[in-house]
Amino acid sequence: MLIGIPRETAAGEKRVATVPEVVEKLIKLGFRVAVEAGAGGAANFPDETYRAAGAEIVDAARIWASADILFKVRAPGTAELARMREGATLVSFVWPAQNPELMQALAAKRATVLAMDSVPRISRAQKLDALSSMANIAGYRAVIEAAHAFGRFFTGQITAAGKVPPAKVFIIGAGVAGLAAIGAAVGLGAIVLANDTRPEVADQIKSLGGEYVGVDYKEEGSGVGGYAKVMSEGFQKAQREVFAGQAKIVDVIITTALIPGKPAPKLITADMVKSMRPGSVIVDLAAEQGGNCELTEPGQAVVRHGVTIIGYTDLPSRLAKQSSTLYATNLLRLSEELCKAKDGKFNVNMEDEVIRGTTVIKDGSITWPPPAPKLSAAPPAASRKGAAAKPPAVAEKEKGKHGGAGAPASARATALVFLIGAILFWFIGAYAPPAFLTHFTVFVLACFVGYMVIWNVTPALHTPLMSVTNAISSIIAIAALVQVSPLEAAPGGAARPTAWILGLGVVSLALVAINMFGGFAVTQRMLQMFRK
Amino acid sequence: MSQTLLTVSYLAATILFVLSLGGLSSPETSRRGNLYGMIGMAIAVLATVLGPHVTKAAYPWIVGAMLVGAVIGLYAARVVKMTQMPELVALMHSLVGLVAVLVGFANHIDPAASAGLQGAEETVHKLEIYVGVLIGAVTFSGSLIAFGKLSAKISGKPVLLPGRHWINLAGLLAVIWCGGWFVGAHSVDEGLRPLAIMTLIALLFGVHMVMAIGGADMPVVVSMLNSYSGWAAAATGFMLGNDLLIVTGALVGSSGAILSYIMCRAMNRNFVSVIAGGFGTGGGAAAPSGAAPAGEAQPISANETAEVLRGSKNVIIVPGYGMAVAQAQHAVYEITKLLREKGVNVRFGIHPVAGRMPGHMNVLLAEAKVPYDIVMEMDEINQDFPDTDVAMVIGANDIVNPAAQEDPSSPIAGMPVLEVWKARNSIVMKRSMASGYAGVDNPLFYKDNNRMLFGDAKKMLDEVLASLKA
Repeated sequence: MLIGIPRETAAGEKRVATVPEVVEKLIKLGFRVAVEAGAGGAANFPDETYRAAGAEIVDAARIWASADILFKVRAPGTAELARMREGATLVSFVWPAQNPELMQALAAKRATVLAMDSVPRISRAQKLDALSSMANIAGYRAVIEAAHAFGRFFTGQITAAGKVPPAKVFIIGAGVAGLAAIGAAVGLGAIVLANDTRPEVADQIKSLGGEYVGVDYKEEGSGVGGYAKVMSEGFQKAQREVFAGQAKIVDVIITTALIPGKPAPKLITADMVKSMRPGSVIVDLAAEQGGNCELTEPGQAVVRHGVTIIGYTDLPSRLAKQSSTLYATNLLRLSEELCKAKDGKFNVNMEDEVIRGTTVIKDGSITWPPPAPKLSAAPPAASRKGAAAKPPAVAEKEKGKHGGAGAPASARATALVFLIGAILFWFIGAYAPPAFLTHFTVFVLACFVGYMVIWNVTPALHTPLMSVTNAISSIIAIAALVQVSPLEAAPGGAARPTAWILGLGVVSLALVAINMFGGFAVTQRMLQMFRK
Repeated sequence: MSQTLLTVSYLAATILFVLSLGGLSSPETSRRGNLYGMIGMAIAVLATVLGPHVTKAAYPWIVGAMLVGAVIGLYAARVVKMTQMPELVALMHSLVGLVAVLVGFANHIDPAASAGLQGAEETVHKLEIYVGVLIGAVTFSGSLIAFGKLSAKISGKPVLLPGRHWINLAGLLAVIWCGGWFVGAHSVDEGLRPLAIMTLIALLFGVHMVMAIGGADMPVVVSMLNSYSGWAAAATGFMLGNDLLIVTGALVGSSGAILSYIMCRAMNRNFVSVIAGGFGTGGGAAAPSGAAPAGEAQPISANETAEVLRGSKNVIIVPGYGMAVAQAQHAVYEITKLLREKGVNVRFGIHPVAGRMPGHMNVLLAEAKVPYDIVMEMDEINQDFPDTDVAMVIGANDIVNPAAQEDPSSPIAGMPVLEVWKARNSIVMKRSMASGYAGVDNPLFYKDNNRMLFGDAKKMLDEVLASLKA
């Protein structure tokens, strides 16, 4: 089948849906590739490089008319839609929730559409997760834009001309973009603080060299698929207080807070902007979805109250070569999933969870939204031991489930055990002879002592524990010792098979001695080895 | 030595045994704990020998028997390899079981032992003999089979006879019936027959029980047999009316029981289902895994592994039975030492059921001189995986299987596992792609951040070591 790569026609879009390196690999999968003349120009991939990789260079009309499969970055515009062939397959960003008309138009073309923004968030699909690739670039670029607009070094220095304090960067939202921004800002030498509503990302923030700024309000912020969700009013209030406090002390704020399918939450108010030092910078990565800052103007960099507020919506496009390469690789991975036979044909297998999720229109019928994913990419923090923000109710439930040493059993089970115990005790008390009862008392108490003592044994010493208890059980030697001794006078006059008893006793004693000496010796040998 | 002195000596021995077990709570105090155990045992044996129940005429016999046993025991303790510990322990359990049987028989044929007992007392005494022999026989044959399985003299696969639960039930009924016969017997000879039949049934039951249990459930079996050997000693104590035996038997018995419980919990399995035998008994032989993990396992070479290790800051090594089989613990230590000298933070994550007996991995690592303060338990180290550069899995499979958490239909769903896949990279050393004991495919192998280092663990680690040194 022929894969067509048209030039992106959206204003300012510099990216291209495939790069020469990937063209070669697509051809190896059995596809033919046609690239529109000049498609890669803005991303520094001249036509010759595509031709050298084995692609045909053709004009736009031929691409739209002949390609079976179209690779694009942005969703097609009205003009492009009109040229699109009936029954073709389109792979691009689509945003089906925000673009219902586009979906209808594509369905009318009886197209099959795979939306790169709808790739399910599961481990196996990570390699085709173009949103993450783009978010990574946006996060990096946001720091570069901020550094560009900021009038000082990011890193602290002590120079002959005086001391330069390091810039303080506050990053809101530690998703892929936020984490990339943390990494980039730390790399430039800034002091980086970061916040996220999902407490489990605190570790990730720290691992990149950032400092986690928590909101002291107990609420679980993880939604389906590892994305954030809308938080309660009380949480938002506490969160705003934290942000207001940070705004006064930091130099740069980068906001990346997005909630799937919802307008971006307004986190930075006009008052907070006012409270920032003049010359500070805000980069709003959520500008396209309305912005996290009240004063953001999507697509623009503006100065308000002395603070530069950058609301560019084309950050990945500003790093066109890098983003094109990563996006092209994502598409290649998708192609591999779709063309497992390597025969140059797309097989849209709706049984496959990844392909099912990505496909939003199949042969003209809309298949979006897909059924909910089976599992979350990141397990909810509640299941992780020692998560600080764990609500008490969950903690209790977990404890009960594991039934550890310290967990109280349910009242009913306890009552049942006590009842059975009482019946047993009554039975023994009613029938057993007194001598037995004394021994029985000792026995039961010893069981309890053993129970208490053994729980303290460290798991590392379980093998020595077994061998020492084994050695100690050689105490049965006492029984053998007593039997070896012939009694002076057999009471009752009954014939005593002395030889038999002696024989059994001696054999027992020899066997138990093996155990006794061997057991202690081997335990000693093992314990000698444990050292710090 | 008078009876009262003997009693006091026994009390001292009891205290020392409790202290001995208590000493094992940490490696620092453990050696002293073992010493307490030895002293306690010496006091108990000497006091008995010098006490009123043993005549001078018996001394030569006692000394002779003890000497023979001591020589064999000490020799075995010297030559045993640390990888063979589970076998040795199992074999020793069988001795205790056998002794309980022999002592029980001896007591039965000794008319002096039951002289003067009447009515309920006589019944109780007979029951004590009967129970002691029963537990002893099960321990004996069960431990022998466990020894055979652990030393690979018998196949580790569970042998499941058709209708095995019915066979066990029939055996139990027969044992109870023989018990009735035995208690009702009027003379020693008459009682000998049901006792012998029961012993035979109990021996067969022990064999049958352990044969049905598979290789990876061995930690549970070994600790269970440990527990049985204790109960056998306690039952013998009841028989002789000896409190020291009762207390010690109870200590050992409860110790083994707790260990079994800990092991079962570590596998998220019910004790009864382990003992009943087989894996996933309900699901049948072919355990269907819900979503077959797709993708390709990506191999890595020893040289590349060394590169990856060299470039890491935090490394966690997860050993499994494969390390024990390949005797690779020394190579592991060499690599650990080298990396730690280079400033890499190397630690070990030990799953409670890794290996073939509780604490097996710890003993092997200790043998290779790995300091115990970098050997962590699962619960201590699981939350550290996300900050780890490389998690290296050596000959382990089921204990690092993400399906236990992610796939509710998996036969091992819910089993606590070491979350190695959360590390930035994981490297699995394995001989082949074969599934682990549970017969479950491991999605870890197909994760994007996982690499497979195929080959014998020892050989591969030696290569990694060589290229690290280079």
